[in-house]
Amino acid sequence: MLFVGVVLCGVAVSAAFALRAFNENLLYFFSPTQVVAGEAPTERVFRLGGVVVEGSVVREPGSLTVEFLVTDYANTVPVRYTGVLPDLFREGQVAVARGRVDSSGVFTAEEVLAKHDENYRPPAVAEALEKGRAASGQ
Amino acid sequence: MLGLPRWFHRWASPPHVYELAERWRPWLGGLALLTILGGAYGGLVLAPPDYLQGDSFRIIYVHVPSAYLSMMGYTLMAVAAAIGFVWRIKLAHAVAVSIAPIGASFTFLALVTGGIWGRPTWGTYWEWGDARLMFELLLLFLYLGYMALRASFEDRDKADRVSAILAVVGVVNVPIIHYSVEWWSTLHQGPTIAKLDTPSITFDMLAPLLVMIAGFTLCFAWLVLNRLQGEIVEREHDARWLRRFAEAVR
Repeated sequence: MLFVGVVLCGVAVSAAFALRAFNENLLYFFSPTQVVAGEAPTERVFRLGGVVVEGSVVREPGSLTVEFLVTDYANTVPVRYTGVLPDLFREGQVAVARGRVDSSGVFTAEEVLAKHDENYRPPAVAEALEKGRAASGQ
Repeated sequence: MLGLPRWFHRWASPPHVYELAERWRPWLGGLALLTILGGAYGGLVLAPPDYLQGDSFRIIYVHVPSAYLSMMGYTLMAVAAAIGFVWRIKLAHAVAVSIAPIGASFTFLALVTGGIWGRPTWGTYWEWGDARLMFELLLLFLYLGYMALRASFEDRDKADRVSAILAVVGVVNVPIIHYSVEWWSTLHQGPTIAKLDTPSITFDMLAPLLVMIAGFTLCFAWLVLNRLQGEIVEREHDARWLRRFAEAVR
């Protein structure tokens, strides 16, 4: 009993340290604010995550290149990407882009993923919610 | 007062538990089948498509119950192994052994269905570095490690004791999996129903999910009882009660 207790305590402490290290080093993506503040690495590839600004998606005619803005409602970063976007890539939804940021502040993505949120609802409910939001003037 | 310890001891007695398993098994199996069939009909036919994902969201009806059981199974395995280790109850070790491959299968199912859903939704089957995905994969390795560690011992008692330590140590991973989506920025979304807030899913989509979770849990219990009976027979193969039981059945 005592032995199990000691082992458990040891494991809990080491797990806590491992998680702290994780917190600092294994951030899955950086926010636009972190990128603008220069906290994101400039010399290597990293991931940028944020909401795709409504109406910001511009497709270059005749190519697969697309440009859009990613925001965390505090700062915004322009993203350039050439390739196929996932089906759930939508304006107003979260996207995660992997790439580098150049000196002019444009993020060139090698890959763009769509993050799905935790909301599940049928189309009729989504429509009603949208109408309600529009009616209340938000 | 005298009744309680006796009731408790019966649960550590292989013949008693073997007989109970024999009695419950058909009921659990039948109930699991009916519940899963009902839940599948609800999820695939009655539930409306999602406003963004369309029909691909329906994999939730397999993915969420599997993921839930992968973690619940590990917790039960660790509790059983700890009981076996502390009070030296062999039957508790038998329960832990019976859970391991079933829990591993549900973990595998959760990972595979997640990948199948991730391809059309996120745009990728698998993302290295996503905390939820990483720790769920670690859970699979913990199950496999537990089984591999056991297999490396000739002596069953030694295997029981050493593997129990691994099972108990690994249980720290379970809360980490659950909170990973809140602690780190992950590609995997946050909790839809397993939170204090109201569920972020409408009732007509949620109801079949709850039925499926119940059905998968019954199926899990049925599978564990099947394996537990096998494990008891293997451990007690020359016990007199087992011979009597076999003759009674014949």
